[in-house]
Amino acid sequence: MSEKNINLKLHIWRQESPSAKGSFEEFKVSVSPHASILEMLDDLNNRLEKEGKIPISFESDCREGICGTCGLVVNGHPHGPLPKTATCQLHMRNFKDGETLYIEPFRAKAFPVMKDLIVDRVGFEKIQQAGGYVSFNTGSAPDANAIPIAKEMADLALDAAECIGCGACVAACKNASAMLFVGAKVSQFALLPQGQPERYERVQFMVAAMDEAGFGSCTNTYACEAECPKGISVKNIARMNRDYIVAKVAKRTA
Amino acid sequence: MKLNMNIPEGHISEKWTNHKFNMKLVNPANKRKFDVIVVGTGLAGAAAAATLGELGYKVKAFTYHDSSRRAHSIAAQGGINAAKNYQNDGDSIYRLFYDTVKGGDFRSREANVHRLAEVSNNIIDQCVAQGVPFAREYGGTLANRSFGGAQVSRTFYARGETGQQLLLGAYSSFNRQVKLGNVQVYHRKEMLDLVLADGRAVGITVRDLVDGKVESFSAQAVILATGGYSNVFFLSTSAMNCNATAIWRAHKKGAAFANPCYTQIHPTCLPVHGEGQSKLVLMSESLRNDGRIWVPAKPGDHRPPGEIPEDERDYYLERRYPSFGNLAPRDISSRSAKYVCDEGKGVNGGKAVYLDFADAINRIGEDAVRDKYGNLFEMYENITGENPYKVPMKIYPAPHYTMGGLWVDYNLMSNIPGLFVTGEANFSDHGANRLGASALMQGLADGYFIVPYTIGNYFGSEKPEKVDVNRPEFKEAEQNVKDGTNKLLSINGSQTVDEIHKKLGHLLIDKVGMSRDEAGLKQVIEDIRKLRDEFWSDVKVTGKAEDLNQNLERAGRVADFLELGELMAVDSLKRDESCGAHFREEHQTPDGEAIRNDEDFSYVAAWEYVEPGKWNLHKEDLKFEFVELATRSYK
Ligand SMILES: Cc1cc2nc3c(=O)[nH]c(=O)nc-3n(C[C@H](O)[C@H](O)[C@H](O)COP(=O)(O)OP(=O)(O)OC[C@H]3O[C@@H](n4cnc5c(N)ncnc54)[C@H](O)[C@@H]3O)c2cc1C
Repeated sequence: MSEKNINLKLHIWRQESPSAKGSFEEFKVSVSPHASILEMLDDLNNRLEKEGKIPISFESDCREGICGTCGLVVNGHPHGPLPKTATCQLHMRNFKDGETLYIEPFRAKAFPVMKDLIVDRVGFEKIQQAGGYVSFNTGSAPDANAIPIAKEMADLALDAAECIGCGACVAACKNASAMLFVGAKVSQFALLPQGQPERYERVQFMVAAMDEAGFGSCTNTYACEAECPKGISVKNIARMNRDYIVAKVAKRTA
Repeated sequence: MKLNMNIPEGHISEKWTNHKFNMKLVNPANKRKFDVIVVGTGLAGAAAAATLGELGYKVKAFTYHDSSRRAHSIAAQGGINAAKNYQNDGDSIYRLFYDTVKGGDFRSREANVHRLAEVSNNIIDQCVAQGVPFAREYGGTLANRSFGGAQVSRTFYARGETGQQLLLGAYSSFNRQVKLGNVQVYHRKEMLDLVLADGRAVGITVRDLVDGKVESFSAQAVILATGGYSNVFFLSTSAMNCNATAIWRAHKKGAAFANPCYTQIHPTCLPVHGEGQSKLVLMSESLRNDGRIWVPAKPGDHRPPGEIPEDERDYYLERRYPSFGNLAPRDISSRSAKYVCDEGKGVNGGKAVYLDFADAINRIGEDAVRDKYGNLFEMYENITGENPYKVPMKIYPAPHYTMGGLWVDYNLMSNIPGLFVTGEANFSDHGANRLGASALMQGLADGYFIVPYTIGNYFGSEKPEKVDVNRPEFKEAEQNVKDGTNKLLSINGSQTVDEIHKKLGHLLIDKVGMSRDEAGLKQVIEDIRKLRDEFWSDVKVTGKAEDLNQNLERAGRVADFLELGELMAVDSLKRDESCGAHFREEHQTPDGEAIRNDEDFSYVAAWEYVEPGKWNLHKEDLKFEFVELATRSYK
């Protein structure tokens, strides 16, 4: 695999700490079209380290698009310009020789920058802790086939459950809303029999935690779905809104 | 050091039941007086933390990730085994037990494996109750598939994202306990030492990955659920941050390391694209059900695959293993790929073989192939830029799983009282070779159904006291961690951490990879020692200790890999037989099949650390009372 390298100009966000003022730093790189964008940054970091300079801080882990750790804004798009692709799966053959790339962290009030391209997404944890579960203790489960679940429902629940928790939806939204993230978990349980007993409490707990963590409100622009690396549908937001209204109307307050 | 297996008496099918009855219990009101530290929030860690929290223990859970959901378990694709026999195809607990012992090439402990098979069914019940959306049939019951050459369909799955869904299930139960205050979670903290007092594990020392602060936490028991060590090879299918530091530092504090040489190399991964490659991507093993594996028959034949006529191709697996063909087990398939590439028959003379779907497309049509493997083909095209419907895929084996790990007894406790080890981090169930879809099963079995019982027995019978973090043992550990960090930062040499890690990876994959021999192993031990010296005199680590410093994090992990790599070679050298994933060139039949030596090597090698480069070997003899020792044959 020896196609010619491509040459790129990079503007990368550098910020020493949460309180420091950040700015773009310019780098020139030559990279194999087979490399991923994160491998390009690995290579650049190796060069910086060799020169005794501080490498660029960025996060990633599985590099298979499933752990949700990575997330960069590339030329204005969370996870870059390719649809349904996480940053780690964005390969350099999608860029042209001589192109200029702007690489930034996810930007949202609820995701403060910690260093360079790393943001703090602890708000997502708080939301899941507030209600993203079915209350039941290990050991008390009935036989797995005791409750048949229609294939369609199980598939829909899985469509929602595929959310990787990366935060691209928040970064894509002009209000920095987390509705797609929350809607996905609320929907997964709302679609399944196991989720019914706590269905209406759950949605209230999770929405309250979302508001408390400083995420904005949803104004139905659907930028979240467009930028989601897993293509999570905004129908999940509608489903959550319905449950939320039912919960409030029925005064099943938490 | 004494190894006491603590295997309960009785028939294999009664051991666990008897043991549960005989175990000491902790009174419900007393449980909250016991603190447990769980390091790792993957399947094995999250499941244990959640269950211990439900029981009423006070749990502190640690992970270096920013969220407990990001553990490497999330990336598992294929599925999880259980002996439910929902397909009515003759499966049973005994069959799952038997298959696992045989698959591990008779190098695992029977009693542990039987228990694993017993609790496998509870796992599926548990996950469904959590709302894990497993694949289902139209009638609403759970779907199964056969996986990894098993003769029954016992694998449960959720598309190609089984690990994600299982981990999110465990994560949800875990989060519930966080909300209830029974589990306290510490993100972005890396355990850098295990603390012992009066011979017991009493806590850990961690470095905060945001501000570099070093501090300690104490508990009456510590569980390490920190995953495997495939990243010792630099390139593997493991997530970038997977590392051996937690188990390695525990090893240096006295925990025996078992069977380090048992490492699994998975046959169907994407080949290396160049020096800048950061990790290897697994392509599901299911592709071998329809793909045919071949290479050009003549070395130096660099024509595009479509121009190589049928009779100038070598379908080497079909040729050598006519009855299993392309479905030969992982170790055999991987080794065969290496051989043909070593002969110069790899694609373009390099390290890749073809996985060709042309025949399948002719036979069942492109649509049917898309139906079965669409998402995998898409992933392949996304990564390589090539369309596998038109040109054959290129694949090559890659390090994938480590059967070795810290030694544990039947209770999953190491030889250090109070130190428990679960999931891929221990050595327990897979012998010399792991079968597909059984790592997820083991992690959840350990976490949900085994360690919550056995830890109670430890508390109930030993009644360990709480230990104050101001004791000198903790202060000493903190000082060691700080000294280690400062040492790394002060070397200021000329090579980067990655450069040295890559060198280590090349040495290991070459000499301690798919096939090994005495001369190569002796050589590589010398080479690794030299490389270790090079690291400590010439590595360059930038930045500060009191800061978010990923360069420093990696340096510490690679320092440990440089020691572990040597032990892998030492163990390989000592194990003068071929078994499972461990293939010694000296021990093969004329046509290249592995020859096991049960007479001399039917033991678990548990290594005790003495000083850098020096270990004592302790042997746990393996007795096979219920499964008859036999030679694996896939001809
Ligand atoms: C690509 C791929 C596909 C796979 N597919 C399958 C499959 O289909 N079926 C199957 O059965 N198995 C599969 N496996 C294997 C299986 O996924 C793993 O063996 C299993 O998930 C390991 O789980 P674990 O809980 O032991 O460890 P992990 O999930 O690796 O978790 C380790 C945890 O420990 C933490 N940690 C580690 N060190 C420290 C430290 N020093 N300080 C603080 N925290 C630390 C990490 O943050 C993490 O939370 C696959 C593996 C790979 C690589």
